[in-house]
Amino acid sequence: MDIPPDKLAWMYTTMYRIRRFEETMLEQTFKGKSMGVTHSSDGQEAGPTGICAHLTDKDWISSTHRGHGHCIAKGLDAKRMMAEIFGKATGQCKGKGGSMHIADFTKGMLGANAIVGAGIPLAVGAALTAKYKGYDSVGVAFFGDGANGQGVLHESMNLASVWKLPVVFACENNHYAEATPVEYAVAVGDIADRAQSYSMPGVTVDGMDAFAVYDAAGEAIARARRGEGPSLIELKTYRYHGHFHADEPHKYRSKEEEDSWHARDAIRNFETRVAEQALMSQDRLTAIRKEIDQEMLDAVEFAENSPMPHLDELYSDVYVSYSNPLQGLR
Amino acid sequence: MTTTEAPAAASHQPLGPGFDVPGRETTYRETFNRTLRDELNRDPDVFIMGEDIAGGAGRTDEEGKPLDAWGGPFAATKGLIQDFGPERIRDTPISEAGFLGAAVGAALTGTRPVVDLMYFDFVAVAFDQLLSNAAKSRYMFGGQTKVPITMFARSGGGTGHAAQHSSNFYSILAHIPGLKVVVPSDAYTVRGLLAAAIRDDDPVMVCNHKKLINTTGFVPDQSYTIDIGKGRLLREGKDVTIVGMSWTSPVCKNAAEQLAKEGIDAEVVDLLSVSPLDEEIFLDSVAKTNRIVIVDEDTPRASMASEVAAVVSEKAFDYLDAPIKRVTGPHTPMPYNRGLEAAFIPDEAAVAGTVKNLLNV
Ligand SMILES: Cc1ncc(C[n+]2csc(CCOP(=O)(O)OP(=O)(O)O)c2C)c(N)n1
Ligand SMILES: [Mg+2]
Repeated sequence: MDIPPDKLAWMYTTMYRIRRFEETMLEQTFKGKSMGVTHSSDGQEAGPTGICAHLTDKDWISSTHRGHGHCIAKGLDAKRMMAEIFGKATGQCKGKGGSMHIADFTKGMLGANAIVGAGIPLAVGAALTAKYKGYDSVGVAFFGDGANGQGVLHESMNLASVWKLPVVFACENNHYAEATPVEYAVAVGDIADRAQSYSMPGVTVDGMDAFAVYDAAGEAIARARRGEGPSLIELKTYRYHGHFHADEPHKYRSKEEEDSWHARDAIRNFETRVAEQALMSQDRLTAIRKEIDQEMLDAVEFAENSPMPHLDELYSDVYVSYSNPLQGLR
Repeated sequence: MTTTEAPAAASHQPLGPGFDVPGRETTYRETFNRTLRDELNRDPDVFIMGEDIAGGAGRTDEEGKPLDAWGGPFAATKGLIQDFGPERIRDTPISEAGFLGAAVGAALTGTRPVVDLMYFDFVAVAFDQLLSNAAKSRYMFGGQTKVPITMFARSGGGTGHAAQHSSNFYSILAHIPGLKVVVPSDAYTVRGLLAAAIRDDDPVMVCNHKKLINTTGFVPDQSYTIDIGKGRLLREGKDVTIVGMSWTSPVCKNAAEQLAKEGIDAEVVDLLSVSPLDEEIFLDSVAKTNRIVIVDEDTPRASMASEVAAVVSEKAFDYLDAPIKRVTGPHTPMPYNRGLEAAFIPDEAAVAGTVKNLLNV
């Protein structure tokens, strides 16, 4: 598939923004600025980027504990994401959700989800809304290799298939679930093969190659929009850091393995390709990087200077119809 | 005062402070691990399942031993795979419903599985197996069978894990006939209660509050059990009864010590089990103090605090000189922001303030 020039620039910007957001976020976590655990997705940028390149704010995605990349690819504001991680009132969820629960419903981002597998049926439900209301929107469920162990994934795929819902199941196979290697926990070699059991197309894609992801996602999303039902895309990828900020990955994976994935880095891969094919100039790439580097400094400053939520926020947002429910009966 | 619950087995354990036995200061974490080890050694039918209870599953270290990359969530099972092997220390895929259900099936057929459910919230993923199979099999099959499984998970807030990793819904579990639920409050009690749970022929959930895991306390060297369904007194007093469970027990004890400096003599009851529930211990205490405050980190509606209040109003109404008070979290999910989270969790000040209001001082 030919990628239009502005889309190409968007893809590079998005991947680099994810990379820099994760690096910055980790730095800030180690400085004690995060109020909880954080899970970095650097290394996995090509997946969410190549998929969300086909989506608009009218499409929906569901996400995971490792959700920053999905958020950014869906157009969320780095400032408000950083502020959420800092637990600030200006955060995407007023500081009430944190890194594992960033959401923006104006962007069709249905929330990072800290229960493995729990986000998947939400994308199916969003696709149901699309079908029910006659929208041409699609739902994309992002999930990891680890979520393959959860019954809810299989229930969701079957449901989407029998109802021919416009869903894309996007499995980011980064080869580990916490410290558990995928080959120990998942009974098939290629997760995409599971699609067969649910009568939907399944493809395994190089998740370090944004162009390949773009192509595969383009087909799956077009199929969904045509009303032909769901697809499964498996993105073979790798997380560069540990499972969460304090995890030491060398306890369960080798340096050589890490190096082999770094050698296929998605961003460098993209840069080489656009240079070889004269699709984007070096100046353009440099300008984008500069802009994003500044954006991250601004995001940290914004988060840093934002106020803490007011204590009353503890009691708000529990129900639509009333706030201040039982306040602990002290 | 009588109780309708809990088998009244003679208490053979050295309950209460001042154990006259050899032992040492140990963390809750290390004690938990050591107890698992004891029980694995005691009974070859005991084995453990859970996610990353070793970590790096299927891989070996330089010496060819199975990897122990994580040693379990909060290092609960550290070192066990290298001593007991992957058949007994069994890493699982992320399939809580599947492996808890498999534990029930294994228990029905002659083994004694121990299941690590990691965070307490994930109990919900496996809830059907817990509610409909683990807890009900014995009864609905007319007593033909038993389900000797032990489950454990980390409950509570205070670590910035936010809404989906900080639950304390002890009362939801206590509500289930056929299931036992214990809420140890320190290293000493987790040793006795975990050992008792693993040796128990019924399904038992062991709730480990995250904030307790790094605490230290005196633990006897020898193995022992604490009767499931028995509470203990953490402090004797005559002015008011304060009831805690899990993390709120040390909170109550600290609050009582603060209150003592102000001339208020509080008795502190540590429930240790929420099902069976040791009614006698708090009913006897109320009969003496005539006032009761129950402290529960869970949300208030239909909580364990509510349950204790109901039992007191039903069975000790005539002893009460003041309304029963509950100190709990608010009726909200756990917030992420540290300040909001701290405001959610009952602390010493909230407990002491409630007691003082109750006593009009
Ligand atoms: C139901 C449930 N079980 C366990 C966990 C703990 N946990 C958090 S992330 C994770 C591994 C997830 O692996 P994967 O789906 O491959 O995603 P990745 O972390 O690799 O992005 C586990 C076990 C959880 N959050 N929810
Ligand atoms: Mg993974």
